[in-house]
Amino acid sequence: MKFVDEYRDPKTVKKILQAIESITSQSWRIMEVCGGQTHSIIKHGLDQLLPGHIELIHGPGCPVCVTPLQYIDKALAIAQQPSVIFCSFGDMLRVPGSEHDLLSLKALGADIRIVYSPLDALKLAQQNPDKKVVFFGVGFETTAPTVALAIHQAKSLQLDNFSVLACHVRVPPVMEALLGSEDNTVQGFLGAGHVCTIMGYHEYLPLAERFNIPIVITGFEPVDILQGIYLCIKQLEQGRAEVENQYSRVVTQQGNQPAQQLLQQVFTIVDQQWRGLGEISQSGLAISDDYADWNAENQFSVTTINTQEPSECRSGDVLKGLLKPEGCAEFGKGCTPEHPLGATMVSSEGACAAYYRYRSHG
Amino acid sequence: MCLAIPGKIIAITSDLSLSRMGKVDFSGISKEISLAYLPEAQLSDYVIVHAGFALSIIDQEEAVASLVAFQQLDDFEADL
Repeated sequence: MKFVDEYRDPKTVKKILQAIESITSQSWRIMEVCGGQTHSIIKHGLDQLLPGHIELIHGPGCPVCVTPLQYIDKALAIAQQPSVIFCSFGDMLRVPGSEHDLLSLKALGADIRIVYSPLDALKLAQQNPDKKVVFFGVGFETTAPTVALAIHQAKSLQLDNFSVLACHVRVPPVMEALLGSEDNTVQGFLGAGHVCTIMGYHEYLPLAERFNIPIVITGFEPVDILQGIYLCIKQLEQGRAEVENQYSRVVTQQGNQPAQQLLQQVFTIVDQQWRGLGEISQSGLAISDDYADWNAENQFSVTTINTQEPSECRSGDVLKGLLKPEGCAEFGKGCTPEHPLGATMVSSEGACAAYYRYRSHG
Repeated sequence: MCLAIPGKIIAITSDLSLSRMGKVDFSGISKEISLAYLPEAQLSDYVIVHAGFALSIIDQEEAVASLVAFQQLDDFEADL
């Protein structure tokens, strides 16, 4: 595939690895923010190809993982109600709530459907006027505009049998929270490329300056990730702390303006809970009052559901880079992708699930 | 979750601002994709697609430039 194959070329990968080796004079700890990057790193074994003193920390960039348990329980409560067609991206279906997951509810007869796009859910609402169609809106700034457009169109069409259970999160506030915490050990960031496709990267400039840390906006293929690491180490070795754009074929500094405008119109920035990390100021996007009629939390009276996380899960330490997945006593034993205890094992983009799938365990 | 893949616009089927739609080819599989957020995208542009939406036009010059840069990494090292 054009724009994919050339970024997986083993010769280029080897060349960048040699370059990384030649510029690295000491150990560095670099965090990749996005779960898609984590998955690519573990799948291709990129962390094992790097010089031993370069450590990659797998950050909190898997929105499926960090969706609080209470939202899964809200989704389950709504999906069980009569006349509801509950639509979701496929990766949310196996995330366990307090008692079930969406997939097991579906097996019991609930009308739960996997959709590729929020617009598919909107179409279902138009085709089924006697049903209430609810879309589970989860994801970072990459996904939020797709949900924003579905909500905006529902309002334009006055489609009152469509609503969204929204749990969208923003990347810069979680990076700021990690950098500001006392136990932070991250020295450089690979920025989440597709989030920046929408948001650009101007939000990262004050972060790089305030925390004196390099942030390299990075793509997802092996060549992208290694070039991102190369640029990040080069900055660290030279004592620079700048925002650089490795993924310039896709990302511009200003991002996608029409998408940002609709995000601002449909959503409001709010404080938000993150599974494994707790509440982070200004890190969430909630449906704004102008679109309240399309907010499923209002329509289905689930605002009082407030589930607490299990205490034995140490995913917060994994997300901060304080613990490697295999360093957890429960990894592969009490906690597996089939029966995850928490955030980092619930989706294939979580660090624990990626290690479980691609590394020996047990 | 933020998985997005490159494809080529092979048709523009509706040109009405936020309802702008097109057909995008992904190496032989084509799909109806929203172009609402890319009012400037044109036929034959390569775009990055996520959850049924084209989010960005791939800058072919930048794509070539970054690959050429890898071929010249020896020169980069001399900078240090």
